[in-house]
Amino acid sequence: MTQIVVLSGKGGTGKTSLVASFAAIANDTVVVDCDVDAPDLHLLLRPSVLKVKDFYGEDLAFIDKEKCIKCGLCIQNCRFNAINSDFEIDNLSCEGCGVCSIVCPTQAVTTVKQKAGEVYISKTAYGLMVHALLFLGQENSGKLVTMTRLIAAAVASEQRKSLILIDGSPGIGCPVIASVTNVDYAMIVTEPTESGIHDLKRLLELLKIFSIKPFVCINKFDINEENTKRIQEFCELEKIPIGGKIPFDPVFVDAMVNGKTVIEYARDSAVAKELTNIWSKVNAIINNKKEE
Amino acid sequence: MVISVASGKGGTGKTLVSVSLALSIEDEHVLLLDCDVEEPNTHIFIKAGFDLLKTVNVPVPRVNEALCVHCKKCAEFCKYKAILASKTTVTIFPDLCHGCGGCAIVCPVHAIDEEMHRIGRLMHGSTANIEVIYGELEISKPLAVPIIREVKRQISNDSLVIVDSPPGTSCPVIEAVKGSDFCVLVTEPTPFGFHDLTMMVEVLTQINIPFGVVINRADLGDERVWDFCKSKNIPILLTVPYERRIAVSYSKGVPMVVDMPEWKEKFKDLYKEIKRLLNK
Repeated sequence: MTQIVVLSGKGGTGKTSLVASFAAIANDTVVVDCDVDAPDLHLLLRPSVLKVKDFYGEDLAFIDKEKCIKCGLCIQNCRFNAINSDFEIDNLSCEGCGVCSIVCPTQAVTTVKQKAGEVYISKTAYGLMVHALLFLGQENSGKLVTMTRLIAAAVASEQRKSLILIDGSPGIGCPVIASVTNVDYAMIVTEPTESGIHDLKRLLELLKIFSIKPFVCINKFDINEENTKRIQEFCELEKIPIGGKIPFDPVFVDAMVNGKTVIEYARDSAVAKELTNIWSKVNAIINNKKEE
Repeated sequence: MVISVASGKGGTGKTLVSVSLALSIEDEHVLLLDCDVEEPNTHIFIKAGFDLLKTVNVPVPRVNEALCVHCKKCAEFCKYKAILASKTTVTIFPDLCHGCGGCAIVCPVHAIDEEMHRIGRLMHGSTANIEVIYGELEISKPLAVPIIREVKRQISNDSLVIVDSPPGTSCPVIEAVKGSDFCVLVTEPTPFGFHDLTMMVEVLTQINIPFGVVINRADLGDERVWDFCKSKNIPILLTVPYERRIAVSYSKGVPMVVDMPEWKEKFKDLYKEIKRLLNK
C-alpha cells in the first residue's frame, strides 16, 4: 500500500482542489481528508456516509461543587489557567491533564472523556473516502488525524486498494506531523509568492526530519514567473522532483461553485490535462520505487 | 484595542489584511502580532530588521534515575503518552509533553523535576510606528499553542494591537483570537471560503467576540457568502476585488497599500468602521 499526503505549508495554495482532481483521475484510491480543522474536500467529492465513528479527544476537568471546599489547590497547580476564582472550568483552556484531580484533597475534581469529533467512512463517485470533523474549538486535531488515517488504512487493506491519497492541513505543527508520519510521499502544492516560498522551505525541512520523499507542484505559476523559476532552481539544487506547473485559472473556482472536481467540470481544459500529466508522473515515481 | 484577523480557510488574505491595516493607520502606534507561528509571514511584508526577542520553552520532566523506583505512576498519569516506563527504564518524549507538571506530583519518591525544552522563538522588529512580533515554531515541534500564548503576552495596553491568526478553527485559532475586542474574518466568496467562514462564525459566537467580514477576491465564486452575511446581519467591512496587480504585488512580498496607496483610505475606513461598531 502506498500513501501520499498533499501538503502546502501556506494555506490556500490549492491542495484540496488538486486532491479531488487526482482522486477523480486515479478513480480507485482511498481518499482521506486530514484537514480536520477546516475540511473542504467533501464539497467537491460529495460523499455519502456509510459509517460514523466517534472521536474522543482530551479529557475535560469537572468540579463537583458539593464536594469542593474551595481550597484553591487546583487553581494553583493548573498550568493552563483553566480554573477561575469561582472554581469554574474554562473548557477552551483545559488541556485535560488531570493535575487538578490529583491535587484535590476532597476528590471533588474528576476528568471526563469528551466526544470531540467524528470520523466518517463514505462512498464517492471515485471510490471510498475517509474524512473527519473536529467539533468547534476542540483540541487535539493531531490525534483525530491519526485516528482518521488508521481507519483509512484499515479500509484500504480490507478493500485491497493499493493507494491512499491524503489531503493535509496547512502549517507544519501537530496535525501536519500526524499526517506525514509513515507516508511514502508528500506532494507539496506551492505558489510562486514570497509567503509560499518561505512556507515551502519550512515544510521541506520538516519532511527531511521525517525522511519523507517530497515532490513539488507549482500552482498559479503564472502569477509570478520569476518566483516560479526560483522555486524550480531551488528544487533542482535540492534534488526534489517537480510534478508540474499549473496556471492560474478561474475554472477551479467555477468547478468548486458547481461542487465538482475540475476533471468532471472541464475535462478538456488545459488545467485538467496538466493535472492528468502530473498524476502520471506521480505514478511513474511510485512504480519506479516499486521496481527498485 | 485588540483586533484579531482570522479566516478558517487558509490563503484567503489574513496577512494581507493585517499588514495593510497596520500600514494604513499612520497616527497611532500599532503592535502587529503574528500568531500563525507554524508559518509566520508578516515579517515578509513589513520591511524591518528582525531580532530575537526571546526563546519559548516548555517545562518537561527530567527523571533522576538514582531515585526512581520504577513504579510507573508517572507514565500511567500522563495523558499525552509523553512518558514510557518499563520495569527498568523511564523514557521521556519532550515533544509530546504539554508541561502540566502532573508526573512530578504523582512521583512518590520525588525523582522528577523539570527542565526547559525549547519549542520556538519570538522575533521582534519595528518601523516608525509599527512594532512587529512574530512567533516561530521550531520545525518538527508539534505544539503551537504555547508560542501563541507567549506572543500574546507581549500585548501592552497603550497601543492598537493587530493579531494575525493561523488558519483552521481549533485550539491555535482560539488561542490567537481569545481576548480580542473585535475579529475581522477574511473570506473569499467560494464554496470553501464560505464553508470555513460559517465554522469561524460559530466559534466567535461561542466565545463572544464581535466580528465583521472582509471579502477578498470578491468578484470570484458565487453568492453564498454575501447571502449568508446578509441573513445573519454580519457587517461586510471591506471588499477587495480579484485583481492581477494585487496578486502580483502580494507575490513579491509587497503590501497592496504600498503598491497602491489609494487602498490606504479604505483600510483607514475599515478601522473607523470597527471603532464605530464598538462605540469607541
